Amino acid sequence: MSIFYFVAFLSILFAVLVISAKNPVHSILYLVLTFFTFTIQYILLNAQFLAIVNFIVYMGAILVLFLYTLMLINLNKDSEPMKTNLVKIAAVLGGGCLLVVIVGALKALGVSQPVILKNPDLGLVKNLGKVLFNEFLLPFEVSSLLLLSAMVGAVLLATKDKKTTV
Amino acid sequence: MGTTDIIVKLILIVVIFLISLVVAMYSTYAERKIAAFFQDRLGPSRAGPFGILQPVADGTKMFLKEEIIPANSSKFLFIVGPSLAIMTACIGSAVIPWGQTLKIGTYVLDLQVTDINVGILYIFGVVSLGVYGVMIGGWASNNKYSLLGAIRAASQNISYEIAMGLSIIALLMTTGTLSLKEIAAQQHGWHWNVVYQPLGFLIFIICAFAETNRSPFDLPECETELVGGYHTEYSSMKLGFYLFAEYINMFISSAVMATIYFGGYNFPFMHSLGLSSNWVTILGVIALFAKIFFFIFFFMWVRWTIPRFRYDQLMDLGWKTLIPLAIANIVITGIVMTLFK
Repeated sequence: MSIFYFVAFLSILFAVLVISAKNPVHSILYLVLTFFTFTIQYILLNAQFLAIVNFIVYMGAILVLFLYTLMLINLNKDSEPMKTNLVKIAAVLGGGCLLVVIVGALKALGVSQPVILKNPDLGLVKNLGKVLFNEFLLPFEVSSLLLLSAMVGAVLLATKDKKTTV
Repeated sequence: MGTTDIIVKLILIVVIFLISLVVAMYSTYAERKIAAFFQDRLGPSRAGPFGILQPVADGTKMFLKEEIIPANSSKFLFIVGPSLAIMTACIGSAVIPWGQTLKIGTYVLDLQVTDINVGILYIFGVVSLGVYGVMIGGWASNNKYSLLGAIRAASQNISYEIAMGLSIIALLMTTGTLSLKEIAAQQHGWHWNVVYQPLGFLIFIICAFAETNRSPFDLPECETELVGGYHTEYSSMKLGFYLFAEYINMFISSAVMATIYFGGYNFPFMHSLGLSSNWVTILGVIALFAKIFFFIFFFMWVRWTIPRFRYDQLMDLGWKTLIPLAIANIVITGIVMTLFK
């Protein structure tokens, strides 16, 4: 339990550093660390497969692409568009309202009983596969179609430009 | 897990770590000797008999050289880059089964540090993390050549990871497990996976060349275009770490290929020799290392034979050839498995 609180503290610390870092590349690196702490949490829950997939997909692929894009963009103070004061005040008001809502929601919150899994090895590949391909087969296949359509859309967007210029 | 188990595992980890470092050290020597042989030269021959102390001399030189950190670089990340590169290179060896079990008295020693349930995916995770070392180092140098090298490394690694993962899926369909220990045990005697998955192996080895940034895919450090690539600004042992990480990666990827496609510690007729199980284990470890050294030699053989790709050719090969081939391999494997089972 104490490991959980320590890792949770680290997650929040790195998440705060993501927003407060001045340099966008540093921000992304803190985000990498945040995701790494999530991986540790999954391992603590004995969800090895989810842990390693989070590691490979988020840390190994998505954030590398984030970093890749940020390194290519020239982020200078001069070229960065500054927001007007009106937008800044509106943002502060909006953020404050959200804070009030969250605090109100937290106050109304009751503590629920902790869920105890019937099968503690549910996160292992074999069990997870059985659950995904028996119980949740339809949602699983539908989400794969969703991903496929997103992929086709991305390819279409990338090739559209070429035809008009050539 | 008792205290003895923990001590034994610690010793095993230290031994494997030392072996990886020594193999990487002598890979640099082997590379120079092999290059010399291919080009009809002598190669290093002054330090010790046949130049055998050359890696020690090189290492000492690396340690004693002056450290230079560029003035406009991001200093902390400049140090993090090579540290991350060498760390990710070293942690991959944890899940590789180096042999079967040794019986010492009543104690049974398992020659694998840990047999996690998702062994192959762990290797993938480590490989995908490896690119951060190059990217952070290249960006922190504040040099356009370094940055270009880092960006090339990132796009190359991501492109080839996809084909690598797809080639592994076909293998997992036939083995039915993600644990490297079980995969090695299934290939008993002559039943090596390369016999069942020749195309998958071909795709995997090409991707392994790209992931370790070895020629003909060494575009991130292409000196004719990028001076020195991502490590242009590095000197002293930080440069040494980058170069060393490449050789450790080569060793680990050779070990992975030997384990998942070439039977790992298995060798033909291993149980008809009439030897005790301890001797079979020791011979198995020797067999595994023979396979690993062959693959390391193969890496060097290719490097001194084939010229470097052009960048667009590299991307075309990855996306338009290897990925469709890998998907076709999965489909064919699936059809064959349903027809014959």
